[in-house]
Amino acid sequence: MPNNRNGLVATISMTMLALALPAAADPDPSDWPAVLDEAEGQTVYWNAWGGDTRTNRYIDWVAEQMQAQHDVDVEHVKLDDTGSAVARVLAEKQAGNHDDGSIDLIWINGENFAAMRENDLLFGPFASALPNFALTNADENPEVVTDFTLPTDGYESPWGKAQITFYYDSAQTETPPQDMQALLEWAKNNPGQFSYPRIPDFTGSTFLKQALIELTDQDEALYQPVKDTDFEAVTEPLWAYLDALHTHLWRSGRAFPDSGPHLRALMSDGELSLAFSFYPTDAAVAVREYELPASVRSYVLEGGTLGNVHFVAIPYNSPHKAGAMVLANFLLSPQAQAEKQSLAMWGDRSVLDIEQLDADAQALFEQGERHPSELPADALSNTLPEPHPSWMTALQDAWLERYGVN
Amino acid sequence: MLRLAPALIIALLVLPVGAGLVMVLLPAFGYLPALGGHHASLAPWQTLFAQPGLGRSVAVSFASGLVSTAMALMMVVLFLAASRGTWLDRGIRRLVSPLLAVPHAAVAFGFAFLIAPSGLVARLLSPSLTGWERPPDALIVNDPWGLSLIAGLVLKEMPFLLLMSLAALPQLQVDNRLMLARSLGYSPTIAWLKTVLPSLYPLIRLPVYAVIAYATSVVDMALILGPTLPPTLSVSILNWFNDPDITRRFMASAAAVLQLGVTLAALLCWWLLEQLTRLLMQNWLTNGGRQRGETALRVVGRSALLLSSMTALAALVGLGLFSLAGFWRFPELLPQMLTLDHWQRSAPMLAKPLLNTALIGLISTALATALVLATLENEHRQHLQPKRALWLLYLPLIVPQIAFLFGLIVAAESLGIRPQLGLVIAGHLLFVLPYVYLSLAEAYRRLDPRWLQVARSLGVSRNAAFWRVRLPLLLAPLLTAFAVGLAISIGQYLPTQLLGAGRVTTVTTEAVALASGNNRRLIGVWALVQAGLPLVGFMLALALPRLLGAKRRELAT
Repeated sequence: MPNNRNGLVATISMTMLALALPAAADPDPSDWPAVLDEAEGQTVYWNAWGGDTRTNRYIDWVAEQMQAQHDVDVEHVKLDDTGSAVARVLAEKQAGNHDDGSIDLIWINGENFAAMRENDLLFGPFASALPNFALTNADENPEVVTDFTLPTDGYESPWGKAQITFYYDSAQTETPPQDMQALLEWAKNNPGQFSYPRIPDFTGSTFLKQALIELTDQDEALYQPVKDTDFEAVTEPLWAYLDALHTHLWRSGRAFPDSGPHLRALMSDGELSLAFSFYPTDAAVAVREYELPASVRSYVLEGGTLGNVHFVAIPYNSPHKAGAMVLANFLLSPQAQAEKQSLAMWGDRSVLDIEQLDADAQALFEQGERHPSELPADALSNTLPEPHPSWMTALQDAWLERYGVN
Repeated sequence: MLRLAPALIIALLVLPVGAGLVMVLLPAFGYLPALGGHHASLAPWQTLFAQPGLGRSVAVSFASGLVSTAMALMMVVLFLAASRGTWLDRGIRRLVSPLLAVPHAAVAFGFAFLIAPSGLVARLLSPSLTGWERPPDALIVNDPWGLSLIAGLVLKEMPFLLLMSLAALPQLQVDNRLMLARSLGYSPTIAWLKTVLPSLYPLIRLPVYAVIAYATSVVDMALILGPTLPPTLSVSILNWFNDPDITRRFMASAAAVLQLGVTLAALLCWWLLEQLTRLLMQNWLTNGGRQRGETALRVVGRSALLLSSMTALAALVGLGLFSLAGFWRFPELLPQMLTLDHWQRSAPMLAKPLLNTALIGLISTALATALVLATLENEHRQHLQPKRALWLLYLPLIVPQIAFLFGLIVAAESLGIRPQLGLVIAGHLLFVLPYVYLSLAEAYRRLDPRWLQVARSLGVSRNAAFWRVRLPLLLAPLLTAFAVGLAISIGQYLPTQLLGAGRVTTVTTEAVALASGNNRRLIGVWALVQAGLPLVGFMLALALPRLLGAKRRELAT
């Protein structure tokens, strides 16, 4: 019976194929002028999380530039969850749609990238063939070709840099905690004023990893696949810590905020006095936009915090791969990276090796005076690398097992 | 042509739901070749039942659906019984259509702003009455029992059930029944309950079932107001379908089938409750009691519905305040400053979603209305009793969206139908059509046949009689049905997002995407736009008949 159905679907698809024009072969990334030619007039559907107005307005700006500079029409498909784009490509593959997919570029990293790679849902390698890729100086900055310990192998192109950054209301709290043990003490003294996003949220899961790195003494295990390690033993200190912490959290740990932006909203309401974000400039931009009081200050934990690079990738069945590559290349241009880093636009850090750029390009990144709610310039020097992606999933499952039903 | 209409309607509605269900059933039993599932297996079900908190998710979905429907129905019935002919009756009747028009998500956001510990109610009482300088650390929104979800659902179900009741009442000759009962000494509320209700309920039974099915599987309201650890079953399903670990699709599909089971179980349970109620009420209906309980019933009947309507209105006011707020800290009742920033920044992004929303809403509602009219006119001309098969119309309302939409995408892709505006419109038609039918059918069948007989005896053809007599006479219910259809279309999130692959943006998809950013000010802007659109539709529906009617009267003189 299943085979019959397959046969039917195959027949229908063949008919459709025969009726359609012959599908063009994939563009060759190494022949860049040809890619530029092919991209002209294409419409690129860029699927990117749409929950943040800053990201959205930056993408709008990118779309204007792409239209003007390359005659490529960029459409931002706003997602509420990147996983839904992965699910979409999968559904298309399931239905046998191998060359006319609905997604041309995805904003992605970590476990979503790992999942798409593993199931052959991505086009590539293309990243290192992009002319602007050289500006990242990948030999010196391996984080732009590594995603949660996995080599990207050119299947995604770096876009921006994130790092866990804490922020607090200096009117409510004078000395914010500098490490995980201090955080527990602080929470005991300020019950109900801290929380982290509910697992499996991305930012919440990163908090688990941050805590685990600090609490376990088997750090090296975190950079291998979970199945090669003793998960119970490695994570035991984390669960003991969370057991102690949860009763002092917001809502006594009986409920958690939905996401990083929800933490920010709770700070705004005065429900929390300490929170964190993946975007180092998050608090400063929020103060500029009336979301947070001017007394908010940002800092990074003493032992450093987790940081990672986020990327863009092209699904294997995108019909506009040339346009998508031109877009990925534009995103790496000094002009686009500097615009992205400005607080008035988004405040997301550049993946370029700015010191290697020529003087004109470097000047684009001059920011003027530091916002009082922003981090000091040197604060982000201590970046902890992301564990293997399998830890994210394993930690999420274990967390849900323990705390998922209250 | 006309004769084909009923079959066409049923094919339009049943085929997509059926195809979607098949494409979900296959992976639920292990068949999904793209992920290496080639053989039937029960593994997806074993994984599903091993999920922590599954029992609670199911219980909350089941209970919130039944409890909210029961509460909303009781409020509506008592209100109708207790406030007949009062100013309250007239006021609420005017309010009910606009309230129905406001999309679920917008009401949910507004309601959450009201009742959250840092919300408007707490601000109103603080710090003067409560002494709170900071918001209390209380779990109100997203409570584990689903109470805030139930309350939110009641706010939205109440106007729908009220509108359906108001549409059905005129055929019951309520005045005659009441006059007889009153002359026998029954007090007004008791008289209504004993003589009108038993005949009214069968007429609104289908809408009640649709409400139960909707409430047991709702996604957007549950995301905003529902419990989180664990969430309702519908929200879990959405999470599993979108999980980065794509092998979870098997389990997600099994869960979608389970959702269908939960909804059907809730319907069955309601049916049993109906039987039980009938048994219990039998004695009360015929015991001759004429006064007992009158005062209590009257007070509850008038206040409960008033309270719920006022809450829904206050929720909208809260949205408006947030959309204009500068910095606004607890416990201040009003923002420190008001600003148009949020509106100005959103304005340039509104154009395209607004256009799409209007296009999709108008086309799908126009198609739905045309098909419904064709079916009803066919029924009239052939002197048919309403077809039994027409209950299939309600299939898209009874089968939860989340149970078949994911499968429907695969089915569409397999047929080479790519996501585009047309597909979204077809998807909306699935949900708009049943509601248009629900709103129009009774008025259509009730229209006094003598009008048409007179027209025909004056030598007017059947078609001309339809266009020149029937449609003008039915203008008011027609426009109401159109407005209901528009409102339903505007509120759709999952069908728009999934069938359009996110490429077709409407006000609702934009609002939900932005909601994941939790910026209340922007949510306020978008939710108000979302609520405003169908309101415009309803106001037009109210105003047009008067304008057109005035013109016709002028012509007559």
